[in-house]
Amino acid sequence: MTDREHNTGIAVDAAEVKHARKRYRAERRFRMYGMAAIAAAAGMLALLVISIVATGWTAFYQHSIALDVTFEAKVIDPKGGRDPSVLARADYRKLARASLRELFPDVKKRGDKRKLYGLLSIGVDQQLAELVAADPSLIGQTRRVEIYASDDVDSFLKGFIDREAPESDRRVKDKEIAWLDKLEADGAITSDLNLRFWTKGDSREPELAGFWGAMVGSFFTLLVTLALSFPVGVLAATYLEEFAPKNRWTDIIEVNINNLAAVPSIVFGLLGLAVFLNFFGLPRSAPLVGGMVLALMTLPTIIIASRSALKAVPPSIREAAFGVGASELQVVTHHVVPLALPGILTGAIIGMARALGETAPLLMIGMVAFIVDIPGSVTDPATVMPVQIYLWADSPERAFVARTSAGVMALLGFLMLMNALAVILRKRFERRW
Amino acid sequence: MLDSETNSATIADPKVVCRDVSVSYSGKQALFDIDLDIGIHQVTSLIGPSGCGKSTFLRCMNRMNDVIDGCVVTGSISVDGVEILDDEIDAVQLRRRVGMVFQKPNPFPKSIYDNIAYGPRIHGLVRGKDELDEVVQTSLERAGLWEEVKDRLLQPGTGLSGGQQQRLCIARAIAVRPDVILMDEPCSALDPIATARVEELIDELKRSYSIVIVTHSMQQAARVSQRTAFFHLGIVVEVGETEQIFTNPRDERTQGYITGRYG
Ligand SMILES: Nc1ncnc2c1ncn2[C@@H]1O[C@H](COP(=O)(O)OP(=O)(O)O)[C@@H](O)[C@H]1O
Ligand SMILES: [Mg+2]
Repeated sequence: MTDREHNTGIAVDAAEVKHARKRYRAERRFRMYGMAAIAAAAGMLALLVISIVATGWTAFYQHSIALDVTFEAKVIDPKGGRDPSVLARADYRKLARASLRELFPDVKKRGDKRKLYGLLSIGVDQQLAELVAADPSLIGQTRRVEIYASDDVDSFLKGFIDREAPESDRRVKDKEIAWLDKLEADGAITSDLNLRFWTKGDSREPELAGFWGAMVGSFFTLLVTLALSFPVGVLAATYLEEFAPKNRWTDIIEVNINNLAAVPSIVFGLLGLAVFLNFFGLPRSAPLVGGMVLALMTLPTIIIASRSALKAVPPSIREAAFGVGASELQVVTHHVVPLALPGILTGAIIGMARALGETAPLLMIGMVAFIVDIPGSVTDPATVMPVQIYLWADSPERAFVARTSAGVMALLGFLMLMNALAVILRKRFERRW
Repeated sequence: MLDSETNSATIADPKVVCRDVSVSYSGKQALFDIDLDIGIHQVTSLIGPSGCGKSTFLRCMNRMNDVIDGCVVTGSISVDGVEILDDEIDAVQLRRRVGMVFQKPNPFPKSIYDNIAYGPRIHGLVRGKDELDEVVQTSLERAGLWEEVKDRLLQPGTGLSGGQQQRLCIARAIAVRPDVILMDEPCSALDPIATARVEELIDELKRSYSIVIVTHSMQQAARVSQRTAFFHLGIVVEVGETEQIFTNPRDERTQGYITGRYG
């Protein structure tokens, strides 16, 4: 001991010193490469998040134009029966246009009038109909109502359209700008949180389009996926790992499960189209079929993760349980599976997160349809979050760009939530042991 | 293979009788025609160099080899006159009567209480919580662990020291009221003080149980056992009273081993 200390303390040998220095240098270099790699990864991630948030955050608020609308009885309900179906189908647009004309009495030409009306969203119909449906006593009164601005006006008010640009390059013309300036001066332009985005389904008009329909669609789809792939996956893994004899057949099965995990997801979509839709005649565009296709895709992931979690349970635990006279089933259900559960759950949640972000196979089974209604069950036509994002990204309107990014943010939010859930579950189950 | 010249494999009052026991793993034979009796209410120690088949033999007596793929056991083993290698015998029931303690302490990652209560629960040995509490307490008392853990029964068994864990495993084994306890090098992972406690415990337990212990320590075999069998290359070279084996071995291989020439 003292000898060695002596040697390293007073290193006499120059070659030895040089060698040691070289080693330290190599070590420092290696550490620097590692840190550089992490910095590069973090930088790219930050870039992604920043660019998405920067383009998407404006979708979370929305401009409206406040108008004094007179709910004329003879327009809304000429017969006076207050029949809800009549109230719902009345020509509310007329009322809103009348209010606008009152504000701008100088606008006389037909083309200009059309432009003036174009300041308002097409959804004005629906918006006023909802108000009357909620409170029919409005009929005959005049109320100040905040009506959504059209998507171009909204983009202009958010500053995406440059008023200095030549008029021909601008989607909002000089006249419209003048009107908006007047409205602004009157305090008639308001901006609010865009609740529609979180409560409504898709629409052709960006200012009306919501993400909620896609969120519900994703929820139903994943529910089906989880209900099918988790029990089947865990049972398959447990049987293969704990009960099946190790022979050529189980080897073949194992190899094929690994192969399945590597199959491109679009292939599962084609399979779903051929088998679930064309052969079994299940409904098109339904979360039921989407969930089944994604379950096929997730199954290998869950099986592989579960098997490795089961393998990681120390054999000494099995021996201990066998030693006190537990049967094979008891060993597995009382000891091995509970101990493997954190790993199994992690695998399942990773599989579900992948399914949540999956687009291609769902396109094959028609979940790419334009669907306005919020799905109420797993057989209603629906779309899912990533497909909704794909649809919006494909739309030409300027305002859909922001909504696309907002949708991405929502999707990423859910993914993070699921990962957090995985961590919490793992911690919880680990503490119990 | 009964060679009465050097072996007293048979005894008058056996608990377990093994005859012509051979074991092979995937065709590779590990034990050759073992004849050995395990006496009632005494400690039998199995000694011999590593890989000579002591653990394999021990695991035959509670059919733990059943769970190893490719392991084939032939011959005859009877406990209290009942043939246990018979397919009709339920290995699960057998393991309740022939308990086992392993080399590395392996408590379940559960509370101390649940570790002990698990066996009685799955075998339906107790009715009600009070009875279970009592079984847990008596098992821990018999394993000499009660005083140390009575205030923290609900804490995880894996949080105990190595020696305590091994005594917990012994308590777990006796909680199902077995007749025979098999111990595979129970002290090899313990320090000398913990080893001494476990040895005391074994001495204590032999009044109620028949015990078979595999050990690498000659001193331990000499201290705790009444009979000793020396294994070598898959056969029993010599078996007899512990005192005779250690003071006056008949076979020169035995002599070589106990004097430390190999193993
Ligand atoms: N699970 C197993 N699979 C294959 N061979 C085994 C297995 N367990 C033990 N063996 C073999 O059987 C022989 C005896 O092993 P073992 O009984 O563990 O010896 P000991 O406990 O005396 O050290 C050894 O040659 C060992 O390689
Ligand atoms: Mg061994």
